[in-house]
Amino acid sequence: MAVTTLTLDGALISAREGQTILHAARDAGVRIPTLCDLDGLTPVGACRLCLVEVDGRLVPSCVTRAAEGMEVSTATDRLREYRRMILELLFAERNHVCSVCVANGDCELQDLAMELGVDHVRYEYLDPPCEVDASHDRYGLDHNRCILCTRCVRVCDEIEGAHTWDVAGRGTRSRVITDLHQPWGESGTCTSCGKCVMACPTGALFHRGSSVAENIHDRERLHDLVTAREEGRWGV
Amino acid sequence: MDLEELIALAESERAGRLPVEVRVCLAASCLGSGAGGVRDAIAGAIADRGLAGRVRLREVGCLRLCSEGPLVQVDSEGADPALYAKVDARLAPVIASAASGDPAEGIRLVDLGSPFFALQRPIVLENTGVVEPERIESSLAAGAYRSLHHALHELGPEGMIAEVTRSGLRGRGGAGYPTGLKWATVAKMPPGPKYVVCNADEGDPGAFMDRSVMESDPHRVLEGMAIAALAVGADRGYIYVRGEYPLAIARLDTAIRQARRLGLLGSMIFDSPFNFRVDLRIGAGAFVCGEETALMQSIEGRRGQPRPRPPYPAESGLWGCPTLINNVETFANIPAIIREGSDWFSAIGTEGSKGTKVFALAGKVRNSGLVEVPMGLPLRTIVDQIGGGAPEGSTTKAVQTGGPSGGCIPSGLFDTPVEYEALKALGSIMGSGGMIVMDQDDDMVGIARFFMKFCMDESCGKCVPCRAGTVQLYRMLDRIERGVAPAGELGRLEALCDLVKHASLCGLGQAAPNPVLSTLRFFRHEYESRLVSPDGDGARAPTPR
Repeated sequence: MAVTTLTLDGALISAREGQTILHAARDAGVRIPTLCDLDGLTPVGACRLCLVEVDGRLVPSCVTRAAEGMEVSTATDRLREYRRMILELLFAERNHVCSVCVANGDCELQDLAMELGVDHVRYEYLDPPCEVDASHDRYGLDHNRCILCTRCVRVCDEIEGAHTWDVAGRGTRSRVITDLHQPWGESGTCTSCGKCVMACPTGALFHRGSSVAENIHDRERLHDLVTAREEGRWGV
Repeated sequence: MDLEELIALAESERAGRLPVEVRVCLAASCLGSGAGGVRDAIAGAIADRGLAGRVRLREVGCLRLCSEGPLVQVDSEGADPALYAKVDARLAPVIASAASGDPAEGIRLVDLGSPFFALQRPIVLENTGVVEPERIESSLAAGAYRSLHHALHELGPEGMIAEVTRSGLRGRGGAGYPTGLKWATVAKMPPGPKYVVCNADEGDPGAFMDRSVMESDPHRVLEGMAIAALAVGADRGYIYVRGEYPLAIARLDTAIRQARRLGLLGSMIFDSPFNFRVDLRIGAGAFVCGEETALMQSIEGRRGQPRPRPPYPAESGLWGCPTLINNVETFANIPAIIREGSDWFSAIGTEGSKGTKVFALAGKVRNSGLVEVPMGLPLRTIVDQIGGGAPEGSTTKAVQTGGPSGGCIPSGLFDTPVEYEALKALGSIMGSGGMIVMDQDDDMVGIARFFMKFCMDESCGKCVPCRAGTVQLYRMLDRIERGVAPAGELGRLEALCDLVKHASLCGLGQAAPNPVLSTLRFFRHEYESRLVSPDGDGARAPTPR
């Protein structure tokens, strides 16, 4: 297997051929924040948190392949500021109230905000009217918490193969929908597998009836599932 | 069909010409101001006077001076052509009389020697308003598909790519990527299915260049695509037209069927092994679908959202196959380049920007319409001479080029030549060719807010900086315009513009801050004068509009 060598934040690291900057950095123990990225799903480069600087250009590390001799910076002042701004934009866009959220303590948005030092939001809160879909027996959807990372859309399409989820609308009025914008509980395609709930980074998709402390999103399991299918390694 | 048959068809069309021809503009703008009724009335008047053997009515595309429509041109043997403006159905008898040699009284005659026409250099528009877009014979008489024949039987793929490369043609969709390089990249991809796509999703507010070309001379676009397909080794093509252009769609559809029937598209073109099938795809009204990767998603039947590049379409486009994607005007340049040669083309324009550019000139100018000028012409010539300057009682303040992705250039910089790099240096872009002139009554904060609202509404919602950033930018601009924004607002505005410009996924978001940044650069005082003063004496009265 061919290997390339690149510089990451001043240190030489190696990457497997075809590996993304994000994965090469992870292997080298460098953490790059992400929200839309999830192991096992097609990367979409949508949240822009994983932007890194390559020769002064900003590129999404989740979809950019590491190349020989590349000079990558993952945490310049500019990048750190952009990441904070992106998180603030997300907090201002919907109604994220951690104290009353089922995902409080188990939320990637909350974790990143703490990690990147977002202690206030400089933008106007948009306070959009958002619905909660509680029509499904086992799961719920709260648009107030959705960040449109489309992990649910991709996991349902690419791993479960049902393609129950999609996105409707445009711009900030975009909403994740089930089937042709029917209530989730009336979906004819949903297999109730729960992978979307596991994949969700925030409290937008949740198990009904669990208390806050019990509502766990198990994102690792998806990766295990993909490895199991693709490489025949079960019971990881 | 072979070349002889093609020439025979063209000859018989030419032989059928009558001493007097009346050309009625039936492009969207004139149709909108009643050209359909004018056409019927003139046809009736010709029949009533028994002039059918001497006068022919031709239904043509855009005659360019759109603000004076409906336009009718009378070409009589032995006399100068006469272009009549603001023609009304009631004036049909006068036109018919004019066609028989009498003086046309009571109709406004346009001076064809005026700067509006004299300073233009039609290449893309050479047949616009001349040929009948719904009759292929008319296009053949004007030389359509001759370049395709030449390319097919004499130049060959490498020769064609060399010609296009040497011509210096750059993409007319706005970004200005060298066309020959793009073609060469697709041609070099391994053999297999390849596609040619024509981006006809023109969506900039105030832009109608591509629409006019498709409505007026559809075979030119088809011929350009066929030549491109031959050059890169593709046998399928798509024209992605926005659904808001029903007339362009109808005329392209007719043109495709006519060309197929004559063996100029489809299989075994000009009795050679070259096959090229073209299909239309109708956009459902999303500005973002003009972005090439979103456009291809839409053609594939998926949600029109951009994806990160690389991979570029030349490598992995439609259904993962190498795809050549060019704009309408780019393709429309090709037949002329192949016909006249690359040296002829590269002698027009400037060092870095060869050829001509079509602009849709609109806004606060006397003459608005479709304009094709050599690159390098100063903005002032376009606005003041071709456009005739500001209307009575007003003065020109700025010109907006490039639509929501472009910027506003103040009148003090109108000596700037129209070329890719010069416009970019001013924080604007060539864009696809929308050019909106503004006068002293236009409020630059309001203009910036208008374009930001457009981008906010048209953002696809995929990436965060564009989706959530444009909304915040719009709100900031709205507060500034209303005079309720605090003193530090411009700093926040600029910081967010910086994020949206540099962190967005596709061109829509990356360019969305341009109207704000360019108005901030040249008209900063209009922003500053509205901020609430730091000593807290409350909001100032908003500047009256």
